Amino acid sequence: MMLLEIHGLGKRFGGLDAVKDVDLDVEAGQITAVIGPNGAGKSTLFNLVHGFYRPTSGTVTFNGRNITQSSPHSTVADGIARTFQTTHLFDDTTLLENVLAGRIVRSKSNVFDAIFHTPRHRRETKINHDTALEALEFCGVSEYRNDLASNVPQEVQKRTAVAMALATEPELILLDEPAGGIPEEETTDFGNLIRSLPKRGVSVLLVEHKMSMIMDLADKILVLDHGQKLAIGTPEEIQSNPDVIRAYLGSAKDEEN
Amino acid sequence: MTLFIQQLFNGFALGGVYCLAAIGLTLVFGVLRIPNLAHGSLYMLGAYVTYFFLTTVGVPYVAAIGIAALVLFCLGILLERLVFRPLQNSPHTHHMIAAIGAMFFFQAVAQAIWGADFRRMETPISGSLHILGAEISAQRIVIIVTAVVVLALLTWFIKRSIHGQTIEATEQDRTGAALVGINPSMVAMLTLGLSALLVTIAAGLVAPINLLSPTMGDSLNLKVFAIIILGGLGSLPGAIVGSFVLAIAETMTSTYISSAVGEVIAFVVLVAVLAIKPTGLFSKAVQR
Amino acid sequence: MNGLKNPRVIGTLVVLLLLALTPVVFGNENYIMRVVTVGLCSAIAVYGMNIILGFTGQLSLAQGGFFGIGAYAVGLLTTDYDWSFWSAFAAAVVGTAVIGYLSGLIALRTKDEYFAIFTMAIGFIIYLTISRWESVTHAHSGVNNVKFPEGGGILDFSTPTAMFYLVFVVLLVTVYITFAIRRSSVGRTLLTIRTSEDLADAIGVSVGMSKQLAFAASAVLGGVGGAFYATVVGFIGPDAASVDKTFEFLMFILVGGMGTVAGPLVGSMIVTYLFEFFQDFQAYRFIVLGPIIIALVIFAPRGIVGYLGGFVDKRNRKKRVEAARSEANSKSSAPHDTTDASASTHAERTK
Repeated sequence: MMLLEIHGLGKRFGGLDAVKDVDLDVEAGQITAVIGPNGAGKSTLFNLVHGFYRPTSGTVTFNGRNITQSSPHSTVADGIARTFQTTHLFDDTTLLENVLAGRIVRSKSNVFDAIFHTPRHRRETKINHDTALEALEFCGVSEYRNDLASNVPQEVQKRTAVAMALATEPELILLDEPAGGIPEEETTDFGNLIRSLPKRGVSVLLVEHKMSMIMDLADKILVLDHGQKLAIGTPEEIQSNPDVIRAYLGSAKDEEN
Repeated sequence: MTLFIQQLFNGFALGGVYCLAAIGLTLVFGVLRIPNLAHGSLYMLGAYVTYFFLTTVGVPYVAAIGIAALVLFCLGILLERLVFRPLQNSPHTHHMIAAIGAMFFFQAVAQAIWGADFRRMETPISGSLHILGAEISAQRIVIIVTAVVVLALLTWFIKRSIHGQTIEATEQDRTGAALVGINPSMVAMLTLGLSALLVTIAAGLVAPINLLSPTMGDSLNLKVFAIIILGGLGSLPGAIVGSFVLAIAETMTSTYISSAVGEVIAFVVLVAVLAIKPTGLFSKAVQR
Repeated sequence: MNGLKNPRVIGTLVVLLLLALTPVVFGNENYIMRVVTVGLCSAIAVYGMNIILGFTGQLSLAQGGFFGIGAYAVGLLTTDYDWSFWSAFAAAVVGTAVIGYLSGLIALRTKDEYFAIFTMAIGFIIYLTISRWESVTHAHSGVNNVKFPEGGGILDFSTPTAMFYLVFVVLLVTVYITFAIRRSSVGRTLLTIRTSEDLADAIGVSVGMSKQLAFAASAVLGGVGGAFYATVVGFIGPDAASVDKTFEFLMFILVGGMGTVAGPLVGSMIVTYLFEFFQDFQAYRFIVLGPIIIALVIFAPRGIVGYLGGFVDKRNRKKRVEAARSEANSKSSAPHDTTDASASTHAERTK
């Protein structure tokens, strides 16, 4: 069964189609990538899947459940996590506190548990702490756990954003340009982190500009242009698709140089 | 019918006052992204300064309003420079708290100088006109005419003059405005000055009808906020339409239902609008 | 647990202890006792404000209104309707909870300046209702002879000292609840919303619901503060519900420190003292206090407790950061497992 099924998805902003009639299946255990020139609608697609935007047409199905009209907090509860293009962290707290925030959605204890310090509250505090530390460790940044988010390098911030998303225990993670702003020599390391996600049982849907990284990582690639599907297939198929070469790869090569 | 026409004119006059107050507030929000909670106290100070020049100094009515408007213009600039500028990178709550501090300060100053008692300002404009059988006081006609003239001048200023155009450009796109070399600090000061100037004209016009007191700005403050939320924060046409709609609703409910209802109608409208559309009725769709 | 080693907890306890000794020193000075007890009532309402403004980052300007509802519920029910204080008190709590929850239904849809203006309108509607609805609230003649709390034959709350300790105990509970919330995932939820609503949404926080509950909780604490205020003072007028009251609370929280556990208490006590100091100037006090408020948000937005806490945090964090680093170096290639995680937790706690 497909983990995520997107069918005929569309979004209009003031008469303009930001995304139009997009179909995409994300298979469990795979890394699926979405590429396309700037303004092709990649981020909009993410926002539609995650519930930040309401689609004007089409459906999104996750694990057989229709989540087209879900709001972000319930899609997270359903098992879809995301990171943002520009790193979003809570700057004035430590990395550990940041990742702990990702545990909120899995916490069941309420104010009264906190006030009366119930066993459930104590148990949950411990589990949250352990899970958060494990997520930081998985992303290779546990040594920075007590640093303030605003004080650590960009790459550590990016990894922490992934750890925060992992702390919500997702089945699918949406990564919006995860390697953006990371120095070239560190993208390989970062690619390895992404590649290790499916082994953890977390499937990946990502948007990325760095073509070499995508071709290396992705099992399946969707190419968007002006909000519509241009091509879909394996990296090899995409690389040899004449439409894609004309519309995107040519200009992307210029961008990278 | 006569009563209705009478109240309609009263509503227009009140709408003119609200309009002059609301436009400045909505401009300040558009340019500085600050809901200036001290706006009502600027209105109050504007009324007292007009009163001072008219009664104590003894200059003619129109000149008193003019001088007061200039004084408040400078005060608005100072308020931006000393209070809002240092806070431009702070969380939004801080601006509002600082504005509240300024509001209390202005009220206390007014009370220290002019006392807490109500004061009456005599108007040199007397007499009344008869329109369709209704008797409309000349002061109200003056308010309506002045409001229209000031609005026309303001529109001209914003569309034609360099300063006005920079304000509009900054309101529409701050980063873009900065890129084309508009000095945002200058625009911010100018906008706050302008808002204080406009609200002073409103105060000077309405002072002869109402009584003066250090807290006279409190309820106007909230009503004007209701108006600009109704019209969409930062929208000039919205502020104008909102002012007249609310003013007429207020005069009509006061006349035909009760004055207490007239007093709360603005807030009931505000709450209702926010319940239906949390970002105001005419606000532009914001993309996330 | 390790609470007693935390300088913040120690600081808070010292402040509370000093406060608890007030009647020992000033027990015979009725005026001072009353001023301090009124300060405690305000502090309870300010703790309510702390939940919505300090933790959640939303400026609520309705707090004075909720304070007024609490005060008038107790004031009117114990006089005109001859209820006992405690049943009137229960009504005040339920009343503010319901009104807070209902206005929260709309409030949760708004944010930032819309939220502030919306709550200001709510506060003003409450004030107008109280000051104009003469047949029920007596408008400007106010309510006299509000009952003292009944002591069930054991305690007599008509003495200033007993009243002080009653309000003090309520305040203690409030401080503890704030402390518990701050340390739990509930507090984390609210702080997340304060930093970024979009990011909170993205990590699965139900922003609207959390805001609504925070708003209702802050309203209830406002009502509790107002209820005790009514019985402490004995006479209330519409001023108890005025927007000025809200601004007073705002100043308390600003001086003490938004989003801190001890801030509202420290702020309330200091500003209450300042108000008394400027007593002779009455209305003119804001000539001095207005600029102080502005200077505080510009130069010291974190408040007294915020700064002390920040200082402590910085020192502690430095130690922990170093510990985490050296630990990482010593076992750079060790495989990770859960025992490792709990071991490092332990190491951290013993620091």
